[in-house]
Amino acid sequence: MALLEVTNLGISFGGLRAVDEFNLTIDEGELYGLIGPNGAGKTTVFNMLTGIYKPTDGKIFLGGTDITGKKTAEINKAGIARTFQNIRLFGDQSVLDNVKIGLHNSFEYGTATGIFRLPKYFTVEKQMDEKALSILSVFNLDKDADVLASNLPYGKQRQLEIARALATKPKLLLLDEPAAGMNPNETKDLMDTIALIRKEFGVTILLIEHDMKLVSGICEKLTVLNFGRVLSQGVTTEVLNDPEVIKAYLGE
Amino acid sequence: MKNLNKSTQKLISTIAVIFVLYLAMSIMQATGNLSSLMSGLLVPVCAYSLVAVALNLCVGYLGELSLGHAGFMCIGAFTSALFSKTFQGIIPDVPRFILALLLGTFFAALFGFLIAIPVLRLSGDYLAIVTLAFGEIIKNVINAIYVGVDSKGLHFTLKDMMSLGLEPGGTILINGPQGITGTPRQSNFTLAVLLLIIALIVTFNFVNSRTGRAVKAIRDNQIAAETVGLPITKYKLTAFTISAAIAGVGGVIYAHNINSLTATTNNFGYNMSIMILVYVVLGGIGNFSGSVVAAVVLTMLPELLRGLSNYRMLIYSIVLIGLMLFNWAPSILRFREEHGITSQAILGKLKKKKEVQ
Repeated sequence: MALLEVTNLGISFGGLRAVDEFNLTIDEGELYGLIGPNGAGKTTVFNMLTGIYKPTDGKIFLGGTDITGKKTAEINKAGIARTFQNIRLFGDQSVLDNVKIGLHNSFEYGTATGIFRLPKYFTVEKQMDEKALSILSVFNLDKDADVLASNLPYGKQRQLEIARALATKPKLLLLDEPAAGMNPNETKDLMDTIALIRKEFGVTILLIEHDMKLVSGICEKLTVLNFGRVLSQGVTTEVLNDPEVIKAYLGE
Repeated sequence: MKNLNKSTQKLISTIAVIFVLYLAMSIMQATGNLSSLMSGLLVPVCAYSLVAVALNLCVGYLGELSLGHAGFMCIGAFTSALFSKTFQGIIPDVPRFILALLLGTFFAALFGFLIAIPVLRLSGDYLAIVTLAFGEIIKNVINAIYVGVDSKGLHFTLKDMMSLGLEPGGTILINGPQGITGTPRQSNFTLAVLLLIIALIVTFNFVNSRTGRAVKAIRDNQIAAETVGLPITKYKLTAFTISAAIAGVGGVIYAHNINSLTATTNNFGYNMSIMILVYVVLGGIGNFSGSVVAAVVLTMLPELLRGLSNYRMLIYSIVLIGLMLFNWAPSILRFREEHGITSQAILGKLKKKKEVQ
């Protein structure tokens, strides 16, 4: 059964039709790529999927339930987590705390318990520390647990953002240009990381990327967007050989 | 974890410093070495520190600038004073004060919550302006209200004293602009310091808890906080309400230290809100102990400089500029970092000295 099903999604900003008639089906466990030239509307699609923008038309179904127009926080609880093209970490907090914020909805104790430091505070905080460290260790970030997030090097910040998203226990993970600004070696590491998190967390991934090596290397299916419309859709090798795609995006 | 220990150490050393200052002041007071002016300032200083800590929670951790905290202090002061005066002679002193404290805190929190609902839809400058307006509304309403009690019960009016229509034996509780007179003077320095320390512990625990982390996450990046599933409105309201409640405690302490409580611009209005913001900014945004230090220094200073009469305000302003540079100028910060003149290093040294002794 399809995990994510998007039908006829569209959004207008005033007179500008940013995305139109966007259809997408992602099966459970798939690694799906969304590519296209700059300004094609890829990030806008992500913003609609996570509820940051409310779509003007169309429906979004996650695991069969309609999540169209829901609030961002509710969509996260339903099972979609994401990273951002321009990294958005909680910069003034430690690496560990960033992941613990991701764990916020999985562990529960009240405000009063926190203020008066009741026994539950200590047990739950300890569980959260352990869980957060185990997620960080997948990314080899556990040694940096006490470092302020804004002091991490760029590549590690990207990884921390993925770790934080995974802490919310998503079914579907959206990665917005995970390889942006990385050199070929870092990109290769990232491909390994993505393969690893698919295995460790059993998560379905939809990613936006410009690095064709990464896209052709790991994505099983692709959708190409151009001027807000789907140009081509299907299995990676077929899509990349589609003359329309070569003309509009890849270059002849 | 290591991080947490460091901040816990800072809290403990701050409380130790407050305690040492408290002992020194108490001894000076007992041996008659403290001028009446200075000893009269001890309780207000604690009250201002409390409000500064409250505002720092709002500005430093929620990341929203509120100029209405004098208003919450005002609500705490008037509800508790009204309660204390009404039940004077009916409920024994100690339980009455505890009830007054709880009541003052509760009403400040309630108003904080109600005001936060519309206000937190805004942000930045707009939020500051609207909180300022709410603070002024609170002050002005209290200035205009007349409350009296007689055998028939409570009477309210916004007109004047005569229209209360009290029976001959009735007493006036709030007399319009003249406020509440004859509140039992129950706060003392010990109690005020105790409440200040409790407030510091509460705020410290709050910002280092699950809820506190969420509040800081919303401050750092609201969109990212939403995408990891945090209910933004709930946590903003929680933080603002707690902040207002602590400001209310400051009001209760303040009200039970003076005979006649009035709501003027200088004690509960715009001037006070700005004054408290000055404490917070100079003490360091997000630094609770800094707020206390700034409140103490800046309240005591004008009084200490009274002898210099004409130059008093001039010196005061120079000290303000000096403090600002000391705490914020990048080059001075670098110098302090290199030479170990950060507050943490100094407190650490003090602690070592104590251990040696």
